[in-house]
Order: sequence, then C-alpha cells, then structure tokens
Amino acid sequence: MTLALEDVTLVVGNDVHIHQTSLTLVAGTLNVLLGPTLSGKTSLMRLMAGLDRPTTGRVIWNGTDVTGVAVQKRNVAMVYQQFINYPAMSVYDNIASPLRLAGLRKADLDRKVRESAEMMKLTAMLDRKPLELSGGQQQRCALARALVKGADLVLLDEPLANLDYKLREEMRSEIPKIFAESGSIFVYATTEPSEALLLGGKTASLFEGRVTQFDATLEVYRRPLNAVTARVFSDPPMNFVSVAKAGNKLLFGEGQSTAAVGKLASLEDGRYLAGFRPNHLVLECDEGDFLNFSVEVTVSEITGSESFVHVIHGGERWVSLVHEVHEPEIGSNITVHVSPAHLYIFDENENLVAAPEFAAAA
Amino acid sequence: MAEIHLKNLAHSYLPHPAGSADYALKKIDHVWEDGKAYALLGPSGCGKSTLLNIISGLLIPSEGQVLFDGKDVSRLPTEQRHIAQVFQFPVVYDTMTVYDNLAFPLRNRGHDEDVIATRVKDIAQMLELTPDLKKKARGLTADAKQKISLGRGLVRQSVAAILFDEPLTVIDPHLKWMLRMQLKALHKQLNRTMIYVTHDQTEALTFADKVVVMYDGDVVQMGTPQELFERPAHTFVGYFIGSPGMNVLPAHVDGAQAYVEGCNVALGRGYPGISGSNVEIGVRPEFTHLTSGREGLPVTIKRIEDIGRMKIVRADFFGREVNITVPDGQPIPLDANRIVFDPSRINIYCDGWIVNGEAA
Amino acid sequence: MNKTYNNRAWLMVLPVVILVAFSAVIPLMTVVNYSVQDTFGNNEFYWVGLEWYTEILNSPRFHDALLRQFFFTGVILSIEIPLGIFVALHMPKKGAWASVCLVLMALPLLIPWNVVGTIWQIFGRIDIGLLGATMEAIGVDYNYTQNITDAWLTVVVMDVWHWTSLVALLCYAGLQSIPDAYFQAAKIDGASRWAVFRYIELPKMHRVLLIAFLLRFMDSFMIYTEPFVVTGGGPGNSTTLLSLDLVKMAIGQFDLGPAAAFSIVYFLIILLMSWIFYTAMTNYDKGEQQ
Repeated sequence: MTLALEDVTLVVGNDVHIHQTSLTLVAGTLNVLLGPTLSGKTSLMRLMAGLDRPTTGRVIWNGTDVTGVAVQKRNVAMVYQQFINYPAMSVYDNIASPLRLAGLRKADLDRKVRESAEMMKLTAMLDRKPLELSGGQQQRCALARALVKGADLVLLDEPLANLDYKLREEMRSEIPKIFAESGSIFVYATTEPSEALLLGGKTASLFEGRVTQFDATLEVYRRPLNAVTARVFSDPPMNFVSVAKAGNKLLFGEGQSTAAVGKLASLEDGRYLAGFRPNHLVLECDEGDFLNFSVEVTVSEITGSESFVHVIHGGERWVSLVHEVHEPEIGSNITVHVSPAHLYIFDENENLVAAPEFAAAA
Repeated sequence: MAEIHLKNLAHSYLPHPAGSADYALKKIDHVWEDGKAYALLGPSGCGKSTLLNIISGLLIPSEGQVLFDGKDVSRLPTEQRHIAQVFQFPVVYDTMTVYDNLAFPLRNRGHDEDVIATRVKDIAQMLELTPDLKKKARGLTADAKQKISLGRGLVRQSVAAILFDEPLTVIDPHLKWMLRMQLKALHKQLNRTMIYVTHDQTEALTFADKVVVMYDGDVVQMGTPQELFERPAHTFVGYFIGSPGMNVLPAHVDGAQAYVEGCNVALGRGYPGISGSNVEIGVRPEFTHLTSGREGLPVTIKRIEDIGRMKIVRADFFGREVNITVPDGQPIPLDANRIVFDPSRINIYCDGWIVNGEAA
Repeated sequence: MNKTYNNRAWLMVLPVVILVAFSAVIPLMTVVNYSVQDTFGNNEFYWVGLEWYTEILNSPRFHDALLRQFFFTGVILSIEIPLGIFVALHMPKKGAWASVCLVLMALPLLIPWNVVGTIWQIFGRIDIGLLGATMEAIGVDYNYTQNITDAWLTVVVMDVWHWTSLVALLCYAGLQSIPDAYFQAAKIDGASRWAVFRYIELPKMHRVLLIAFLLRFMDSFMIYTEPFVVTGGGPGNSTTLLSLDLVKMAIGQFDLGPAAAFSIVYFLIILLMSWIFYTAMTNYDKGEQQ
C-alpha cells in the first residue's frame, strides 16, 4: 500500500498554502510532518485525506488516481488536537461506532473493541462517558476509535498538544509501539522537534508550504539538506555564523580560522554559512582543535541537570546547552568553543555542502 | 514589589470539608521572597490554579491568609492587590493600538500623559515592541500579544507581583524559546516578584529561582531546579521532573548497602535503622550507566531511542522498566547487560519520602 | 475556504431552490408584472411601462409615508439598540436568575403581532385600559385615537416593549462568549466600568450588534400589524407607515398597478438600506483589523 502525492499544490484565493510537493508514503510507516504553525501541516493532511482537492497535481492510492474522491469513500481515520468523542456515548460505544457503521457482526465488533481498548489501556473505563475521563484518557479514546477501524491511512494532527507535559512524554513513547502493530500509513503532525525524534520513523520538515526535506527522522536531524530544515528541526534553535573559505582555511572573523580538511578541502573559495547545534557549543574545552568565540551573556536558564546559556555573537543570538549548572554573569563577556568537527556548512543558497563527520557515521 | 507570605493557607471548595481529601489545596505555610521568580509546577488538578487564584484575588481562601509585605490581602479584591497577570490565552484590548494597550493601566490611574509616554516607551523597548507601537493589537501574533499582556503589568511600578498562568501554551516552539529567554532576562533585570504556573517542567525549571512542585493539593517540594533534580524529596518529584523521570526500584536497605531483587548496590551514605516494607531506591537515568561486567544489576535492553543529542535506553529489570540516558557521541557497549549507579547520586525513599542518610 | 467538489450536494439543495422559487421568486415576478400594466378587472391588461413608478415616486402621499417610516425606524432603533445593550449588561450571568431573566425576556417575542396590537389597544383605552384609565385618573390628557403625539408614543412604546428583548438577548449571547480572563485583566488594569464596556464588551459584541441592527431595521421598516390594530394609521394619516399605506392602496382602493410599483420601490429601499448598513459596518470591522 502506498499513498503518493504527485506535484500537488493548494492555492486558496491568492494565498499559496502548499507549493508543488511530491511525497510517497508507504504502509506500516510513521511519517511525521514537522513544522511551525501555518507551515502547511494541516493543509497537507487534508489533501491526503481527501477533505480538500489539490489545485493541481494528483493523489495516487496504490497506483489508482483518487484525486477528488470524497473522504467518505476512502478508508481514512483522523485524530485532532481537540479531544473529539461522542459525548453522549460510553467509551465502548465511541470505539464501536466506526465498526457499527461498517455493519460488523456483534461478536467480531465486541472482540475488536476490547482489543483496541486493551491496547490503549481503556478497558477499565469502557462504561464511562468521555467527559468523565482525564484529557489523556479522552485522547486515547479518540485514538482507539481511529485505530479500531483498521483505516489504511491514519492522520494525527498534533494529537498530544493539549495534554500535560508528562502525559505527553508517556504517550509519545507508547504511540510508536501501537503503530508498529498495525499495517496502516500513519501521518503525525507536530510543531515540536523533540516529538519527531521520540516518534522516530520518517520526517518531512515543512516551512511556509514547502516540504524542505523528507527522509528517515534521524537522517533529517543529522543531515539537514538546507538551513531552513536545520532551523525547523532544532530545539533549542541551531546557531549560525558566517564563514569564508580561502585556500586551505576557513575564516570566522576575529582572526579565528581552522584548517579546511576532509570534505571542506574541496569547497570553492567564497562565503558560507556555518551552523552548529547548541549541545556542541561548550563553555569549557580540553586541549585540541576548537574555535573560540568571544560572546556576551544574555541570560542562563537552568533545568537542574543542564543549563541553557544564551549569548550574543556579533548581533546573532546563540544558545549553548551544557551539562550541570553554569550561570555566567549577565552582560559579561565569555569565550565559548565549538569543534570544527561539529560544523554544518551551507552555501549561499543555504544548501548543505558539508555535514559533520558523526552525521555520516550514524 | 513585595514578599508574599502564605500563612497557614488552605482551601476547600466544599462548605464543610471533612477529611484532607476534601481540600483542593492542603495547608501550606510559605514565605516567598521579594523579587524572586517562583514556578508552581504540577499535573492538571494538583491545586496550582487554586493557589494562583487565591493569590490573584479570584478566590477567597477558606482557611489562612495571604500577606503581601505583611499586609493581609486575603479578602481584598483583585484590583486592590497591585498585581499583574498574563493569561493562558493572550488578552489584549483589540480595538486599541499597542501603545494604548500599554498606556491603559496608567491612564486608568490618572497619570500624566508625558509620564505615561516615557514609561510606555521604556517598556516597549525592553519587550522589543517599539516598531509595533502604532499597530492595532488584534492583528499581532500570539507571542507579541503575550508580550503586551506582560507589558501592561510592567508599566505599573507599584506592582507587587506578576502572575503567569501557562503563558506559553499557544506559542510555537521556536518562539517559545525567544519569549522564555526574554522573560528570564527581564526578571534578572527588574527583580520583580514573579509567579509562574505550568505543567511543563522545562518552563518551570528554566524560569524559576524556586520551583514549587504540587501534587494532589499538596506542595511536595519547594526548591531550586538543581535540588529538585539531584534530591527529589518525593518519588513523585523524581518522576515528574526529568525526561525520562527517575528510576525507582523497591529495595531493602541495610546501613550503606541496598539490596534490589537480591542484588547488592553500594550507597554513598549510611542509612541505619530503615525498616518497613515500602523502601525504594531512586536514581536518575543520567546517573545510571550500562556495563557489561559482572558488577551491577542484570538488565535486558528493550529499545534504544535516539533523540539526537542523547540516546534513551529502555531496559528491563525483573519486569520493571529502567531508563538510561547516554550522551550523543558516547558509544553503547554492544554486550551491555548490566547497569551500575553513581553511589553518591542514589536517593533512598521510605513510603515515598526521601530519607536523609549519614555520611558513610 | 474549503472547496466542495461533490456534485450530488446540488441535488440536496434542489428542494429548497424549488421552495424559494414558488414562495418568493414567482410572487415577486407577478408583482413586477402588475407594476407595468393597468387593469380594470375582467383580466384585461394594458401595458403602461414605468408610468406607475413615476407616479409613485412623485406622489406626496408616498413621500409622507416614507418620511414617517424613516422617522419611526430611526426612533425605535435609537431606543431599542442602546436599551437592549443596557438590559443585556445588567442581566445576571449565571445561576437561577439568569434562566428566569431569559424566560421573561423571551415572553414578548412569543406573542403574535396582532395580539401585541390588541393588548396595547386595550391597554391604552381611556375607558377600560389600565394605562389609559390611569392616565385619565391622574389628570394626564392622553388619547391615542385623537392626539397625534399620543398615537405615536403608543406605537413606539409598543414596538420597544415588543422587540427590545430581541436586541437584549442577542447582546447577552455576545457578552456570554467573552472569556473571564478579559474581565480579570481589566480589573487588574484598574479599568472603569465605562472602559470595560468601551474596550472589551462593545468590541466583542459588535458582530451580534450588526445582526441585531439589521434585523430591527428590516422588521421595523416593514411593520404593519401592530399599528394597524392599534391606530389603523390614524389619527388622520399620522401613523400611516409605508406598509399601511401600501395596503390601503392595494386593498382599499384596489389600485393594483400603483400598489405593485409601490411594493417594488418599497422592496428596493429595504434592500438598498440593508446593503448600505451591512457594508458600512463590515468595512468598519476590516479597518479595525489593520
């Protein structure tokens, strides 16, 4: 089973909601749509579901063109950010409702409902009404209803956004297990990079109506093909600094330079953009080849085990994520370090030309 | 600016509360220092909103008093308490410009227009709202609106405390970083008493000088982020703070030794005289390490989640899940089948509450 | 925003289209047909073109009725809208009293138009009516069948009594949808009662106010039954509003042609005015958003 979007676009009035996009989703995979609010996640899902018709392009289901086929005729299930259940029905009837519509035999129906309730840890609550449940249980009920139907395509639009932080954390680790057991295509929209990483699977990063990259989640994280993807897929945000390549050296201003070795050696001379993740920007370093930047401290945030030290380097905001508690004085000048081995180099069109070596290894 | 004293404070929504279960907020007695940032952290229904409403004046506590700088304000209405509040969803005066929004609290109090202009410009500068001053407030993004809400509190110099009720709920993750950082920087700059209610540990820990962890109407622990991380007073705090939460295993403790499922674990401190069936050891995943020797507790690795800057190893220890975090770049031994703990990082709990040992 | 591409949907709309055709379009076309012809009965018709329109538009009788109509609508709008807002602001927001208030407010709306007319006709009579007799007893010279001012007063008060509830209920619904946080924020900011109204309640209510205004404008412009029952358009022609005049012309004098032209002009005025109000108010709304 595959769902393919072929060169689809969505234009409403004068606004382009989705720029020309092609995506192929395979059965049994979890596909994360990652992007900020209004980046087109929901629009893309609606195109996949058949709730909207693409302005141009085709939607192909298993080789058959289904562009324009109404959502009712496709086997699709959807879960929303809001907990949507039938308030007057018990949890059992809520989960059973899609099966009743399908006209399932009573014994089969009962077995399926109980199975999926068990999977969602709702067995003890089958007789209750959704509104008597906690937020997490309500959303599990909605998930169970989406899953029980055995839909070919299950769309989840920020399903955990309205849940408590800790509950979200627990459900995130449960969700991939549940998905592994069914053979459907799952599409999961989220604004949070950490959520995409925890879910695994594949990730499409979205920005302003464009899919900037679509690949295995870790691959997108480790080798963002452009600076836009790197920005979308980084929490805390990625740090950037401009750099010039001249001969066999990379020049960072302030007299900082490093030897252009490996892949970097073959780059043409010129201006580039270097990016590095906050956890690679350190306050203390051992001996070795490190780039040292003099920066001004804006503020430090301490979580107990880690510290986020916010600094300014030449007007650019950077953040350093370090272990233990570090609280340099606000407004003071400190030196921070980054290993050239951790640099992503983007060209003037912000396309990746060199990734850190660890990325290749992973 | 004010010191806030919650004096023998308790609240029940029932007219005649019988047992402690009837209290939405169980008895507390705390002094919150002037100029510090506090976070009320806990899951939904833990009583944090009840406490916030008591401080803001929306609720009159059924028992005890709220004192601002020693003055009892428990029964004063909101408008007489000199507080400011930022709500979950942005509250701005839609028809007014950003400037008028910021000037509103001062105009209502009859300040001179030129005094107002200086104040508003200062605050706008601080919040980076200067370019938007002439725009209508309703067309702005959610994060700008939240800044306006905050600004309306900051323009008043007499504000005793600024309350935040999950202010980042509707903000995108990328902007959340910016706003949170600005908030923190503002607090450092202005030293105003701030109280921040949230269920999000990252927000609470990064924002506050002191985090008040609440559970089921009780304050379980109040401490600095570091204290909460290193020495959670209750297993709930251990679970609630940290991602993933603390590993908690039932144990039998004898002096400076613990026995977990028959395996011997050396402790950093001595615990003479601990008895009772409900003894547990708690160790953070950060202080749990995988090894392959004969030392430590035998585990089976179930799953490894790579979340970029670290890996979370989910392992099974006699039917219980144990989590281990491994920093990015550090290899996971292929034949890893045991875990060991940093002895100094092990906490001992009796009936859920931490036991302070003696130096071994 | 979402485009529909289900062609069967049109099939579902068909019954309504047919219904509207029979109930509105066809009768309207008949009226258009009458307005350009003359008849002396016996199904004999003569084409007169726009003659009836010219006659109506130039007739002082029509001008007077139109002026009276504008005056009436202006008066009741300027009373009912502020009064409705005022009532809505003072209704309890929750609890048992809120329900009691809602029921009481809804009562006048449940009474048929002609009954409302009858109630007030009797209520104001100086011999047996509570209002009329009381006025008489305390020495106020009040007689709506004789005195023009009294007749106008009676009709206006009756309409205000009948319809202010509608405005109040709509505003009440608008007020109920404002989150509590806004009022709390206003308290914290030290806002006065007036400021709360001006900067929170009014902006949040303005959509329902637009609806209330349009409904009351259209309804009051078409008012017929109540003044017909109470004053019958008198004394003289002093309370003969447009619809009363139209009926007199069509039924009383059986001038079908001029009456049909009158109807069309009447209809166009309402349409035009509604469009002007709607555009003006939505444009204001858009301006606010920038």
